[in-house]
Amino acid sequence: MTDRMLDFAQPAPRRWWTDRLVLSLAGLAVIILLGLAAPLIAPHDPNATNLLRRMAPPIWLAGGTWDNLLGTDQIGRDLLSRTFYGIRTSFAIAAIGLVFSAVLGVGIGVVSGLAAGWTDRILMMLVDVFISLPNLLLILCGIAVLGTQAWVLVVMIGLVRWESYARLVRGQVLVLRELGYVETARVLGASRLWIVTRHILPNLASPLIVILTLSFPGVLLMEAGLSFLGVGVQPPTASLGRMIGDGRNHLISAWWISGIPSLTIVAITLLFQIAGDALRDRLDEVNHD
Amino acid sequence: MLRFLGFRVVRALVTMAIVLVIAFLTLRFSGEPFDAMYPEGLPVEMQDALREEWNLNLPMHVQFELYIRSMLRGDFGRSIFTNEEAWRMYADRMPATLSVGGLALLLAIVIGIPMGAYAALHRENRAARAVMWLAFLGYAVPHFVLGIGLVLIFGFYWRLLPTTGLGTGWHYILPVMTLAIPMIAAIARFMRAAMLDAVSQAHVMTAQSKGLTDGRIARWHVLRNAVVPLMTVLGLEVAGLLNGSIFVEAVFSLPGVGRVLVSSVLDRDFAVLQFGVLAYAAIIVAVNLVVDVMYTIADPRVRLEA
Repeated sequence: MTDRMLDFAQPAPRRWWTDRLVLSLAGLAVIILLGLAAPLIAPHDPNATNLLRRMAPPIWLAGGTWDNLLGTDQIGRDLLSRTFYGIRTSFAIAAIGLVFSAVLGVGIGVVSGLAAGWTDRILMMLVDVFISLPNLLLILCGIAVLGTQAWVLVVMIGLVRWESYARLVRGQVLVLRELGYVETARVLGASRLWIVTRHILPNLASPLIVILTLSFPGVLLMEAGLSFLGVGVQPPTASLGRMIGDGRNHLISAWWISGIPSLTIVAITLLFQIAGDALRDRLDEVNHD
Repeated sequence: MLRFLGFRVVRALVTMAIVLVIAFLTLRFSGEPFDAMYPEGLPVEMQDALREEWNLNLPMHVQFELYIRSMLRGDFGRSIFTNEEAWRMYADRMPATLSVGGLALLLAIVIGIPMGAYAALHRENRAARAVMWLAFLGYAVPHFVLGIGLVLIFGFYWRLLPTTGLGTGWHYILPVMTLAIPMIAAIARFMRAAMLDAVSQAHVMTAQSKGLTDGRIARWHVLRNAVVPLMTVLGLEVAGLLNGSIFVEAVFSLPGVGRVLVSSVLDRDFAVLQFGVLAYAAIIVAVNLVVDVMYTIADPRVRLEA
């Protein structure tokens, strides 16, 4: 600890090519762009089968061709194209699910923070209960009852994830409502709706964006996991989890069918982890200065 | 202390009540069960007879009462496909899940705690940094990707270990590793943070100024304080283990309860799904309660608080 106190050296200036935050965000941007541009850049139709070229290996292995850079799966679909489309599906479901849960969480958090008293107590009890419920099981129940359409996935992901946002927002609201300018607005006769939309919600934006970014990979993995088990995105739609599940029975003869989407998922979650970590460090630095 | 525990018990009961309602609704809002049993369709009078027999024509609250009553009698419903009792389907497959999960938990505790403690006490050391990087990696990779990676490396590339089923002791290695690695990562990361937190407390400085040896301080003043919050994490990890086992059983084709649960969702076999949900939720609620009780025993401040 003493060595820290005597450390007067200035930190080395940060350059973008060694900055973890910049690099990881750039990597994520590239992946998201690949997903967004999938219809434009995919060399093949992701669902077109070619039974003559089943389980073709990637280009760097013996037997690989330029036509299928990352090889093909067990029914001859181009893995590069499916990976692009898979990124698209997975990010879309995760993002919409996250927004849905954020809206739900912010709504309940604001009501709970402003209402106080019994409303607050009951809502927070609900949060406690929901946190201790196993998310995966709730989603499985929802899927069993409502079916495996994409909207069910989105709604269920939203329904099991709102608690943490509600808790964060409630805490922030409790702090914000005591601030001078909010009190001034109240004294001046501003309506509740005005105070919430003008003074409370804008102040919630930045902590909310941080927590949403940090929880995005979790949501993405939830979708991937469900699709892997076969209860998420249904064939023939490409999703990263589904692709891994499809290749599971062909690991010996064609590892790339599962391997390539697996590596993609690992890359995405690692980049998110690094970005989140770097972001937290950066915020700590700012707070200490 | 009693008030604190009383509050926790009430919360656990409320949670279980909500789970019961969810399980009941899952069972009842899933359409007529004979749609799944007889996909070719049934004559109307037979449908009515079946509805009568299964009390489907009674009002919801009466059905709920009957549901609770039959549960109290130990009747949790039967699979519509095999007519097997739902609880028995899980009980039969429990040993596989419990043995793999239990071994993984044990391994994670035995490796994760010392790993995190080492990383906290030797922060500048290269080995400690490597350990934390590994923990970082293990945290980012989901069970099903990790499992497939291990299968490819140990099963097919090096051909060292079997990859499906639980035939011999060797079969346990890969599934247990798959479940344990993310847990080791989580425990090591948390342990490191908790130790660093404990190191900066005033009583550690007092111990230092008394001239106690570093080893003694680490064991008696740092480690013991770090272990208390660790219990909460272990509780969460047990819940995570239940989730993880569903994926691990799918990857390694293990005969465990996770398989029953997933196939009940796919087959829309609601009696089986409903029992699984109740059982999983009961385990998680019970673990949380046990953690709370242990907390009050280990940390006197919690007792005073409430």
